[in-house]
Amino acid sequence: MLRLEAVNKSFGANKVLDGIDLEVAKGEMVCLIGASGSGKSTLLRCVNLLEPIDDGTIWFDGQDIADPDLDPQPIRQRIGIVFQSFNLFPHMTAMENVMLAPRRIKRLSRASLHASISTLFDRFGLSDRMGHYPDQLSGGQQQRVAIIRALAMQPEIMLFDEITSALDPELVAEVLDVLRALHSEGMTMIMATHEIGFARELSDRICFLDGGRILEQGPPSKVIDDPQEARTRAFLSRVF
Amino acid sequence: MNTLLTSAVALLIATTTAQAGGHGCAAGKTLTDGTLTIATGNPAYYPWVMNDAPESKEGFEAAVAYAVANEMGFDDDAVTWVRTSFDEAIQPGAKNFDVNMQQYSITPEREMMVDFSLPYYTSAMAVLTTGKVISAGAEPTLESLRGLLWGAAATTTAVPMLAEIAPNRDPMLYNDNTDVTAAIAANQIDAALFDLPTALFLSAVMVEDGALLGQFPADRSEAPDQFGMLMEEGNPLRDCVNAAITSLTDSGALAEIEATWLQSATGVPVIE
Amino acid sequence: MTRRAAHQAQARRKALRIGAGSTIAVFAAVVVFVPMAPGWPAVQRSFFNAEVLQRTFPGLLDAFVLDVMIFAWSAPAIAILGLLVAIARDLRSPAFFPIRLLATVYTDVFRGLPVILVIYLIGFGIPGLGLPRPWNSPYIWGSLALVLVYSAYVAEVIRSGIDSIHRSQRAAALSLGLGHGDTMRFVILPQALRNVLPANMNLVVALQKDVALLSFVGPVEIFRQAGVYKSLYANFTPYVGAALIFLIITIPATRYADYLLQKQRQRQG
Repeated sequence: MLRLEAVNKSFGANKVLDGIDLEVAKGEMVCLIGASGSGKSTLLRCVNLLEPIDDGTIWFDGQDIADPDLDPQPIRQRIGIVFQSFNLFPHMTAMENVMLAPRRIKRLSRASLHASISTLFDRFGLSDRMGHYPDQLSGGQQQRVAIIRALAMQPEIMLFDEITSALDPELVAEVLDVLRALHSEGMTMIMATHEIGFARELSDRICFLDGGRILEQGPPSKVIDDPQEARTRAFLSRVF
Repeated sequence: MNTLLTSAVALLIATTTAQAGGHGCAAGKTLTDGTLTIATGNPAYYPWVMNDAPESKEGFEAAVAYAVANEMGFDDDAVTWVRTSFDEAIQPGAKNFDVNMQQYSITPEREMMVDFSLPYYTSAMAVLTTGKVISAGAEPTLESLRGLLWGAAATTTAVPMLAEIAPNRDPMLYNDNTDVTAAIAANQIDAALFDLPTALFLSAVMVEDGALLGQFPADRSEAPDQFGMLMEEGNPLRDCVNAAITSLTDSGALAEIEATWLQSATGVPVIE
Repeated sequence: MTRRAAHQAQARRKALRIGAGSTIAVFAAVVVFVPMAPGWPAVQRSFFNAEVLQRTFPGLLDAFVLDVMIFAWSAPAIAILGLLVAIARDLRSPAFFPIRLLATVYTDVFRGLPVILVIYLIGFGIPGLGLPRPWNSPYIWGSLALVLVYSAYVAEVIRSGIDSIHRSQRAAALSLGLGHGDTMRFVILPQALRNVLPANMNLVVALQKDVALLSFVGPVEIFRQAGVYKSLYANFTPYVGAALIFLIITIPATRYADYLLQKQRQRQG
């Protein structure tokens, strides 16, 4: 479904992605782990076309979406992303946050959207928070609204960029529960995370990034429980 | 021409100094003893002061100033010039001039705040316009004038006079003569009201295709536009200035200065 | 705790006493000592002349209607042009470079020029090119000069508001598939405009006063009318009258701007 081939990306002299090859199958959940600055976030932002890549190819559903002549808008509509800092629109209620994109892009009316979006709020335990503004919500609630906002566009793949890193520890669980539910429904997901335990529990495959390269990848039982690379072991011993 | 003018002024000065007798009157009443400080505008305009240099005694007000000073017993050397705006002339507090001459019209309202001398000039008001407006059918009748778009300099007595004409549309008012002529040039107004000497000057020099449509003669109304020297209210010098002006008027010297410096306006039609 | 509360109450009372006392003292000094100055009667007659005020105030109020009208048609034009220029300066695509450059030059030039110069230049200059009536009216071109200058300021204020919105907001909107236009309209601008509302209110107050500058190219609004009265009566009181009328409008507007600013500070914690 998604395949990255020899993707390079530099910020000035700083090479952030260095020949990334990665393939994600439909329904698969891939976790990216690695130290800060190893390129996890940049990788996700490049897939979402928020950052242009220097060279390489990103195949999505048989199409090279890294082509600079391509209009990124319709692609982004099919790829959802959730950020570490939620990035809800503070001047809109939770409901308006979620409705904005479907209303503007799919030209759907509020009335026709209301039922399906209410269901999403309901499923993630936020049915009584639809009319609240972001600053009236806890971090965990905000992050769940952000996930709902991305899901409302019915994306084919979801990207999660350290979505629990900004949360108080007691709020992490409620967000991870959402991911479990999505995984069980067969959503294709790539997740950059520091939650190694969660990654081991849920992911089909784990990629360890170091200095813009995928140093080691495989099922959790291999990468986490029996890492081959010294740097992977060093990283795991620090966070785990 | 120039030598003729100078000699005429010299003659005037010679005659007036001979009659000097006001010195006793003015003694101790001026800002600086033995000196008469006279204010003019900044700049001072033709034909009231030539070349913005009142010390040259050239120009109507410059010549009158020296004649009055001499009459009061001040030698030419005893005359000092300063510059003020209208606002400075009327602001409360100590003044930096004994008398202020810049075509100030004497009005009863102003006399409540400042003192004026007897008039040294009585001006007709004239309608400055362009040949284009005249060929478009403007005539020197009140009826025709009311239909024009009017302008005037805001601090002149042309403003209340315009109110008397009662034009159909509200007049535009400007900071100074230059802005009025700019508005005429931009075709934003048809006509402007000035005292006659100023109007003659502007139509000849400042306004392209300038023309005078007509004049309101000085004796036309019960309140003619008369220029007086402005003084601080209660200035004891006023009687001395008035005596000098009376004497100059009676001797015909004032009329002579007027004839020398101010163009006759016999060619300008009178507005009925 | 109660002792502390009592102490605080006492301190508050003391502060109140000092505040009230000093205010009364200053007022008393102004009321008692200024009239004792030797020049006071002359100043009073020239600036605070009840008779002159009474005779000129109705005329001043009449002329003020013109100020209100100039403001009423200029302000919306300024809001629209300022917004358009701010958006033009934010266009990212290289294809829009000429527009962006034009907008930048425009704001730099018009913020760098004195308002009065622009009013003279446009108010007299453009009609001088030979436009027919009524298209050479000083109302049109004078107002346009005001609009051009104030839009440059408003554009800069709005642009600073746009810049104040964190990049992540734009990223979030784009990531949902929204276009640049929708992102600007629904996500960036509503937040940016709210952030700069107090700054724009200050410009509104300034504009209320600067409409008087149109008098330089002819229109007889309140400031010009006051000047005419000043000349007529050789008295400055009409200016004081005009100032009073201005303050009746601008003080509430200024207070409101302060109130908005304070409200915004509270919201941002």
